[in-house]
Amino acid sequence: MAILGAINPMLSLGLDGDNAWRLADYVNRGGYSALRRILEGKIAQGDVINEVKKSVLRGRGGAGFPTGLKWSFMPRSFPGDKYVVCNSDEGEPGTFKDRDILRYNPHAVIEGMIIAGYAMGASRGYNYIHGEVWEVYQRFEEALAEARSACMLGNNILNSDFDFDLFAHHGYGAYICGEETALLESIEGKKGQPRFKPPFPASFGLYGKPTTINNTETFASIPYIINLGGEAYLEAGKANNGGTKLFSVSGHVNRPGNYEIPLGTPFATLLDMAGGMRGGRKLKACIPGGSSAPVLPAAAIMDCTMDYDSISKAGSMLGSGAVIVMDETTCMVRALERLAFFYFEESCGQCTPCREGTNWLYKVIHRIENGKGRQEDLDLLGSVTTNIMGRTICALGDAASMPVQSFVKHFRDEFAYHIEHKKCLVPVDVQRAGSGFFTATI
Amino acid sequence: MEIEIDGKVANVPDGSTIMDAAQQLGTYIPHFCYHKKLSIAASCRMCLVQVEKAPKPLPACATPVTNGMKVFTHSDLAIKAQKGVMEFLLINHPLDCPICDQGGECQLQDLAVGYGDGNSRFQEDKRVVFLKEVGPLISMQEMARCIHCTRCVRFGQEIAGIMELGVANRNMHSEIMTFVGRSIDSELSGNMIDLCPVGALTSKPFRYSARSWELSRRKSISPHDSIGANLSVQIKNNRVMRVLPRENDDVNECWISDKDRFSYEALNSPVRLTRPMVRVDGVLQEVEWNVALDYVAHALKDIAAKDGGSSIASLASPHSTLEELYLLQKLTRALGSGSVDFRPRRCDFSNDGKLAGIPWLGMRLSEIKELDAVLVVGSFLRKDHPLFAQRLRQVAKKCGKISLLSVVQDDPLIKLHAGISVRPDELPIILASVVKAAAQLKNEAVPAGLENVVPCEASQAIAKSLFVGERSAIFLGNVAEQSPYAASLHALTMELARLTNAKFGFIGEAANSAGGYLAKATPTALNANEMFAQPQKAYILLGVEPELDCHNPQQAVDSLKSAALVVVLTSFSDLAARDYADVLLPIAAYTETSGTFINTEGRVQSFNGISRPIGETRPAWKVLRVLGNLLDQSGFDYESSEDVRSEMLSPGEGFVIGLNNSLRRAAWSLPEVASGLQRIADVPIYFTDPLVRRASALQKTNDASMPMARMSALTFEATGVTEGAKVRLKQGNGEVVLISKVDDTVPVGCVRVAAAHPSTAALGEMYGSINVERA
Repeated sequence: MAILGAINPMLSLGLDGDNAWRLADYVNRGGYSALRRILEGKIAQGDVINEVKKSVLRGRGGAGFPTGLKWSFMPRSFPGDKYVVCNSDEGEPGTFKDRDILRYNPHAVIEGMIIAGYAMGASRGYNYIHGEVWEVYQRFEEALAEARSACMLGNNILNSDFDFDLFAHHGYGAYICGEETALLESIEGKKGQPRFKPPFPASFGLYGKPTTINNTETFASIPYIINLGGEAYLEAGKANNGGTKLFSVSGHVNRPGNYEIPLGTPFATLLDMAGGMRGGRKLKACIPGGSSAPVLPAAAIMDCTMDYDSISKAGSMLGSGAVIVMDETTCMVRALERLAFFYFEESCGQCTPCREGTNWLYKVIHRIENGKGRQEDLDLLGSVTTNIMGRTICALGDAASMPVQSFVKHFRDEFAYHIEHKKCLVPVDVQRAGSGFFTATI
Repeated sequence: MEIEIDGKVANVPDGSTIMDAAQQLGTYIPHFCYHKKLSIAASCRMCLVQVEKAPKPLPACATPVTNGMKVFTHSDLAIKAQKGVMEFLLINHPLDCPICDQGGECQLQDLAVGYGDGNSRFQEDKRVVFLKEVGPLISMQEMARCIHCTRCVRFGQEIAGIMELGVANRNMHSEIMTFVGRSIDSELSGNMIDLCPVGALTSKPFRYSARSWELSRRKSISPHDSIGANLSVQIKNNRVMRVLPRENDDVNECWISDKDRFSYEALNSPVRLTRPMVRVDGVLQEVEWNVALDYVAHALKDIAAKDGGSSIASLASPHSTLEELYLLQKLTRALGSGSVDFRPRRCDFSNDGKLAGIPWLGMRLSEIKELDAVLVVGSFLRKDHPLFAQRLRQVAKKCGKISLLSVVQDDPLIKLHAGISVRPDELPIILASVVKAAAQLKNEAVPAGLENVVPCEASQAIAKSLFVGERSAIFLGNVAEQSPYAASLHALTMELARLTNAKFGFIGEAANSAGGYLAKATPTALNANEMFAQPQKAYILLGVEPELDCHNPQQAVDSLKSAALVVVLTSFSDLAARDYADVLLPIAAYTETSGTFINTEGRVQSFNGISRPIGETRPAWKVLRVLGNLLDQSGFDYESSEDVRSEMLSPGEGFVIGLNNSLRRAAWSLPEVASGLQRIADVPIYFTDPLVRRASALQKTNDASMPMARMSALTFEATGVTEGAKVRLKQGNGEVVLISKVDDTVPVGCVRVAAAHPSTAALGEMYGSINVERA
């Protein structure tokens, strides 16, 4: 079973059995009824977008931008092709929800994309799937074939005059291809490097045509919004944070996995659902929204509810909903070193601050972790991150900087201890015990 | 759009960037990746500026201007951002300025003075980047200096038309390289050296030979192709150290071809002829100038007295200056001969009496970018005219329709609307079919003689494209001019231009292809072909190497060997002409003499001598002037080359008057297609003239490799020769042995054998019939 627990689930409701992903099962769960209603009822494009606007569905990929608003940016009277693109290039460390959506409920994504295509007048869609989950890509192709043979894709969908076709495209696993314009470059067959914006994809996107890019979970939520009605969907969550959301909980919890909960559910509830802290140890810190979100210390995160506004108020981001839980056995320097290495590795190398800065950050943190830190290093890290942030072509520079800033801010003593004593505040055997791979206890 | 930059207000058109506006205002915004002729990358981030109401600094090169925008280039926010970027650029840069060739002319060095810190906060190990070997022109020895601005990559993609360099890997490990093991072969590659803002791409021939501040910069004009690229020649101790482009947007923009750039090596080569030589007792011996000139004057007088002046013929290279060409024809005519020509590679002169004016491009170079459709007839476009092809490439990028009608399918690296390649003797027929298609499209009567021509689909597409836009043009390339059917091709083109309301003209073979007409270096008696077909008593050769430069070298050399007197004015001593020359007079190369080139658009470009003539060489115009004096001719009292020029041009004349491509009594004939094998002779880009043949780095490029006998697989089958085997090629009474190669870009029934190379000099006509057999 993919989803380990849920409160008032929508996306993960009824995903039991091995065939839950198949078209027949999806239709039995009420699938494609939203699409059918729109096409048969000839609901106007603007009304569909309005329904999405009313739901206050916020982009599930990380930025949390209101989806309805994004859809309304597409030029209506544009002559020629327009595209909808699904970003399933889920590469953020800690995030694994889109993989499960595609694995267990792919038709929700397909239906959502067809509705999006209808609402924005696009006749072509692409789903860009992360290259490291090959079997998910294969399953999605199968689901597409099912949809196509059931007249859900192609010309005259469900005997209406609406044509839409959808294609799966797989990348090769580069994190940067999850950046929407790098993703477009990659679909076009080019090296995955972000484009400078403006122009934004809504005016100059895939193959230079107006394009809307949404996350997998965002598209998958669309049928539920249409079925429930925008307002009901909004009420399922919290004001300004419509609906339920999947959270990928990982780290030092007893039951790591995906959980679907209404936005606004307390963090403590989510932690309980995930079986609580492993070994009953104390929570030290939590990254609430995927590795690029600033880390929050235990006290701060325990006061939060899981929604965009609450987490943002606490100084972090809900991001993609990847909750990385760290207990007291965690060495924060080492944790940051690993994250910094990731961003250094995944920087595309196009623009100067990110190319040079991410490498510099990693080298300094690596030095600190290995007992070669200098007193001035912490200020240097702060200065380098400010020189990166806001000066790059895409958000990867910011994503690399925010963990560094927040780790140093919240755990400065631990870093200082590392530099001074050339070892960790958390003894090595404690760290090893906490990792779960060693039997020693504290 | 109104924009305020640092308090100064500019009005710019919609779609402009902050950088455009800043340039209009003369405000300098530091940058590396931005270049006005390349697409915007916005990746170096050096041009970050503060924009009112924007929370973050924005790149000036990529941020579009909005009305009322306020920009601050020197605010705290902007300076802090720029300094931050500079620090990042320098952390992995080796800072080896003292041993870097770019030192003194390095954008990174210059900007580091303004934006860099005295000390580095970067205490880690720097990046190491391995060197790359990419050919004889560009050095990629110190790639750790690269700042990843990608100008070189974008140049390849956008200007040269071929992406030879790319960025491999990602993050800090990004590096500029060619595809594994490949070299950089573009004929425009040297421009990447200029574009590189640091010392990553440097000039191999120039490397470590001088510092930029030791060089004096002098203006000159390229003596090679018909564009007349403007050059900045850089000199140290009276020696030309390197050649760089001098920007002239109407001519060469900011580019020059590698030929223009690297041919200077020949100026300093040990094979320069530095003293006059006269054949004494069968052996060429060095003599004083007065001895040599006396000898020439007496010998010419003797021949004129004995056999008549008309038995003297003069042939000049079209790479000679206007003044040289003028004086040569004046001298020849003074001796009583009208046999003077400057077009050694031509064979069909039947239009000579019909020209309404001086043949030229038919339009200005700067007008090319406005064309909607272009047809090029008979050209090895990219290699014959690198910069002209570049202009057409830009037209194609803007959806202009470029069509090419030629004898091989060489890739012009231009997106073609239609491309047809046929045997040389089919060229008139295929052009005629375009003419007929155009007439049919216009509902006009089919022009005379074209009744039996059946336009193919491609020629109909070409004809159609010429009607579509408002501005179209038809250009005749070197193949068309050098073909035995040149006159018909000219006449057919004129008809096509009339039908389609297009402009038409000649791209031009060489630096002074238009100038030669102005200088009257055209025959009133025997032309460049006839003067060898009918052996003459005496020949004066100016800058030509007949075995490499003539349409039929076999015929030319035979006549020269049997002549009583052969006077050669040349810059080089390693001539095949040493076999038959009686006198060698050392003349100055283009940097050592003043003169004028008239480029193909009729632009008058005069230049000064910028370095002292090497050894005892003298400018050719002075040599010809003195010869005129010694022959007791009047009108040879010129004090300067300007005096000579003023007999042809009034002072300050920017463009030549009398340019006209029309023919009086235009007529064409369509040849019968011959049955035997035909030769297609290209003139490889680095064998076009005596200077470039001796430029050592250029001679190491792939473009200068040994000619091969190229035939399509079907031709191989028909001739029974094994692919790749050595073959014996025969034309007339000469034969050569070359390695053969399968090349399906060559039309069936043809053999592509380059001209202008010693290994093929024994052959005959460039486009004649040829025999191939196993060697």
